Amino acid sequence: MKFMMDLFSAEGMATLSFLGVVGLTFIGALIAVGARNIFHNVLGLALALFGVAGLFVYLNSPFVAMMEILIYVGAICIAICFAIMLSEPLYLPKPPRKPIKLLGAGLASGLIFAMLGLLMKKTTWVAAPERSTDWSITTLGHFLLTKYALIFEVISLVLLVAMLGAIVTARDGRGET
Amino acid sequence: MINNIETYLYIAVFLFAIGLYGVLARRSLIAVLISVELMLNAAMINFMAFNRFLAPHPAVGQICALFIMAVAAAEAAIGLSIIVAIYRKMKTINVEHATELRG
Repeated sequence: MKFMMDLFSAEGMATLSFLGVVGLTFIGALIAVGARNIFHNVLGLALALFGVAGLFVYLNSPFVAMMEILIYVGAICIAICFAIMLSEPLYLPKPPRKPIKLLGAGLASGLIFAMLGLLMKKTTWVAAPERSTDWSITTLGHFLLTKYALIFEVISLVLLVAMLGAIVTARDGRGET
Repeated sequence: MINNIETYLYIAVFLFAIGLYGVLARRSLIAVLISVELMLNAAMINFMAFNRFLAPHPAVGQICALFIMAVAAAEAAIGLSIIVAIYRKMKTINVEHATELRG
């Protein structure tokens, strides 16, 4: 009975929806990697990215969560859909998977997971002695245009160059036209 | 559980491991790109968790996350255009068939 009461308090609801968000992330990631149909992979990726955006809300940054949905779900997933349409047709039979290769990949990623998990368990995380509590988007904007203006400019330059490079590469390759 | 840094770090490690498995096991180039996106997201969760619990100023980690997002967008654009170019040239996007440079 006490557990039920806890469940319907504000804190219990927050924990419950946190678990829901984490579940969304994991299920989406598993679909994104495990499904054989490439289109299901993209939909799984979108689901996982929605979950990650939810995690960002729990980490006090609704602005980054919004950008995650806008850029990742709105732009990158759609771009991947276009690439799927422009490449191999989906009805072609796929070559069978080699179990030895899947086993190797599973072992390698499991090893990385175990190692990083152990490392995390051994470390004690020490917070900075003096922490600002200013989380507003206004401050973020001020920082982006004053102290971190160089990063801002570099991002725009990188995006411009990437756009030009993508157009040049996808149009008709280099030479021999 | 919600206000504990290790929860978020474990979520990030799990996501990273899934992405690594995808990169190693899948053979379609687009699937490999999707897995790389998952790994980048794991890195971003790490940045945001450290930003929330440890960093002296909470704007820095968010700016790092935005930077990762922009780089991921650039990487996806370039990668997808390369995939389209490869498909035009070789009529396949299987990683194991694109071996023209093999000696």
